[in-house]
Amino acid sequence: MQELGKAEHSSVRVTPKGDNRVIIEKDISSEEMILNMGPQHPSTHGVLRLECKTDGEVVIEAEPYLGYLHRCFEKHAEMVDYPGVVPFVDRMDYLASMNSDFAFCIAVEKLLDVEIPRRVEFIRVIVSEFNRIASHLVAIGTYAIDLGAFTPFLFCFRDREHILNLLEWTSGARMLYNYILIGGVAYDFPEGFKERALEFVKYFRPKALELQKLLTENEIFVKRTKGIGMMPADVAINYGWSGPMLRGSGVEWDLRKEDAYSIYPELDFKVCVPDGRFSDIGDCLSRHLVRAMEMEESLNIIEQSLEMMPEEDGFDPRAAIPKRIRPKAGEVYGRAENPRGELGFYIQSDGKSTSPLRCKARSSCFVNLSAMKELSLGQLIPDLVSIIGSIDIVLGEVDR
Amino acid sequence: MGDTQENIPQSGEVIAAKAVWQVINEKFGDAVSELDENPFMPFFEVLKREQWRDIALFMRDNPKLRFTYMACLSGVDYPEERKLGIVCNLESLGELGHRIAVKVKCDREGGIIPSVAKVWKTADWHEREAYDMYGMEFSGHPDLRRILCPEDWEGYPLRKDYQVQETYHGIKVPE
Amino acid sequence: MSTGALLPNSFPLVMSTNLNAWSDALSELHLFGMPFGLIIIAAIPLVFIALYALTYGVYGERKISAFMQDRLGPMEVGKWGILQTLADILKLLQKEDIVNKSADKFLFVIGPGILFVGAFLAFAVLPFGPAFIGADLNVGLFYAIGIVALEVVGILAAGWGSNNKWALYGAIRSVAQIVSYEIPAAIAILCGAMMAGTLSMQQFNLLQQGEYGFLHFFLFQNPIAWLPFIIYFIASLAETNRAPFDIPEAESELVAGYFTEYTGMKFAVIFLAEYGSMFMVSAIISIVFLGGWNSPLPNIGPLSLNDWTTGPVWGAFWIVMKGFFFIFVQMWLRWTLPRLRVDQLMHLCWKVLTPFAFVAFVLIAVWEIYVK
Repeated sequence: MQELGKAEHSSVRVTPKGDNRVIIEKDISSEEMILNMGPQHPSTHGVLRLECKTDGEVVIEAEPYLGYLHRCFEKHAEMVDYPGVVPFVDRMDYLASMNSDFAFCIAVEKLLDVEIPRRVEFIRVIVSEFNRIASHLVAIGTYAIDLGAFTPFLFCFRDREHILNLLEWTSGARMLYNYILIGGVAYDFPEGFKERALEFVKYFRPKALELQKLLTENEIFVKRTKGIGMMPADVAINYGWSGPMLRGSGVEWDLRKEDAYSIYPELDFKVCVPDGRFSDIGDCLSRHLVRAMEMEESLNIIEQSLEMMPEEDGFDPRAAIPKRIRPKAGEVYGRAENPRGELGFYIQSDGKSTSPLRCKARSSCFVNLSAMKELSLGQLIPDLVSIIGSIDIVLGEVDR
Repeated sequence: MGDTQENIPQSGEVIAAKAVWQVINEKFGDAVSELDENPFMPFFEVLKREQWRDIALFMRDNPKLRFTYMACLSGVDYPEERKLGIVCNLESLGELGHRIAVKVKCDREGGIIPSVAKVWKTADWHEREAYDMYGMEFSGHPDLRRILCPEDWEGYPLRKDYQVQETYHGIKVPE
Repeated sequence: MSTGALLPNSFPLVMSTNLNAWSDALSELHLFGMPFGLIIIAAIPLVFIALYALTYGVYGERKISAFMQDRLGPMEVGKWGILQTLADILKLLQKEDIVNKSADKFLFVIGPGILFVGAFLAFAVLPFGPAFIGADLNVGLFYAIGIVALEVVGILAAGWGSNNKWALYGAIRSVAQIVSYEIPAAIAILCGAMMAGTLSMQQFNLLQQGEYGFLHFFLFQNPIAWLPFIIYFIASLAETNRAPFDIPEAESELVAGYFTEYTGMKFAVIFLAEYGSMFMVSAIISIVFLGGWNSPLPNIGPLSLNDWTTGPVWGAFWIVMKGFFFIFVQMWLRWTLPRLRVDQLMHLCWKVLTPFAFVAFVLIAVWEIYVK
């Protein structure tokens, strides 16, 4: 770990075992070319711009430039009241709005004295796990596209559609839900939700297997991902990686277990880490495998919570929402496990105002992406695409 | 969860943070303030900010502390104290499991905080963001540039007294 | 045609007699002492292929991919979207033809032209039937391989002339890929030439003629022929830049590769050339290994299926069908497999396909000398 403190720009670089990056020796290198990748490039997943210094196909250095989708979330949050922040949070990670809302509400509820009804906790967990599957489906699908396989992408989106329909039925919106509110949720589950949700779980299990066969067991896919973008566990922690990225490096770390928020301690699920039989720990393939396994675990969580959820007639999910949300003075850092990692909110309240004094979003993509420069060193351009895909960035969350 | 911890006089988190603070206090003495026993986010302040990097390295590498993971680094504006600051949420990930937050403050105009980007690489971009939004300098940062705003943006948007510039390259900036 | 009277009412019989009679009559047609009928018949498939390539190749690709991906594909224009490609052509025709300011205009314009010409010149030696051939060169196969390689020049011109870094990457990759894959492809084809003892495309077909249908095809005549067959098929995917070897256009890496900057009809022409060369390699593989215009159906006792399905029009039918089949396989692979990386592609070419092609070459030679 001491090594990390030193500047990383020496020519000799210690590469992790199994790493296949190309190190160009001075005497064979040719003229360098600056290649501007993005912000309008098919595989930068939005408006990321990478300024790559290339030597033929080899990327010598890739510097990310952000801010193309900066929508001043933190400034907005200081201007609106607490419930008004939730829609902004939705729009940060637009692929996993439920999870983002959940994280924000956890943070604010720490400052408030509210007792969350048990059924609300179940509803929150179920919708956010559904959203997690939907988000992982996008991650896996777009990753397949990055590697040139088009069909898995459409399979993923087909299945995601069912989840969006379920969530639309519950919340009234397809992507940006504004459903999880501070102290409750907007609506109770509609009549018959449980049956349809279980139906989806039953439908999706074989489909996930099919996806596995089409992608994960594909020789070319493995060749394109195994040993690419290696990140050893200690460096990953130092970079602040979290979520599937960190678990892909073999660290068993899941906030649902560590923080044990909401009803997660009551549920039986395992933290997915690659076992190293199929992939090299810490490569792109590991990260992909973690996501694939997590979908399976989310299905388990959904099944369990649907079973355990208390049924109440005439249940009002908004009953616990305070009339006026004015948290007491103080500061708090609340976080939750998002599909992309730890989404945290640092909130400062002065106890007088109804809007936060300071609301900083610790975005998981932002932090995960910061390792891009190191990951891309000496990789080929196709591998660069593979690495960006495996980080699974949502630029809305990176730039906020 | 937070709302249940509320009723417990001292949560495990605070007790652990206290132990951590004692270790740091032994080493650095009055460079650090007393521990604020905030039940959700126990924190202390670095009073001698030029020692911040040493404290950070100590926190990372001391076997009793092992704060390997920086969860978040937020820039903060304290207009009434006429100061800017950062809040770092640190955690010993996977090793000792304790958490603590550290605050470092600097002057509002021309304030300089030592950079910890080489201690925790997470801090690299977060410090750039804090610089972008608040304008404090981070001495020793490898690449201190704006990160979210354009390079030539005027002012620091998250300061409480921020006045938005009227036009940007001839485009009217909306209020 | 000896036992043709046995089943007078069966469908294939009627069809074969009618078609044969029609084509026979047409090829007999001589006007002003010139075999005009023959020219018409020879021109029909060429025109058909050209049209097919742009319209129904694209349409087929969209429909096949839609089928594989649980979608409907184009459905709006015409019944089942059958006119979709025509609508697309109309759109492409109306599009502004943009030549970017800093492009090398000459190379930029000539690139698609060379590509197109290269892809379609090879059709000249493609036999569509006993009498359907543009030019029965005695070095037809050599010519076909050579002229398809002309594409490289077009791609390089397009990529360099665009003055776009992505296009340059695409062009360089493409040239490296095509030139490399020429080697295993050519050796694999040479195996076929060795079996036939000729380079004339028409001779290939005649040598694979026989009453047992597919049993006369080189692929089934010689057990070793499977090796060059598979090698050529893989290499042909790379030569036509099809997945999993579509790295020159690799849309997720290089935006659109060497044709990033092209719009309107120039883009359409590149597209047309791609589908044309797809058919070209499919036709070459079916001629060299699968009997070209020969019917694969055998005569089984009184059922002389082979005789009934042999004839000039049947010939065109068979070779087009065989070509379609390989195009289908190409599309199937494209929509199933991810893309290889540049170095993996080169590894496959130089370290796997080329050695195996040499092994196949030697084995076929041994077979031809000692076994046959």
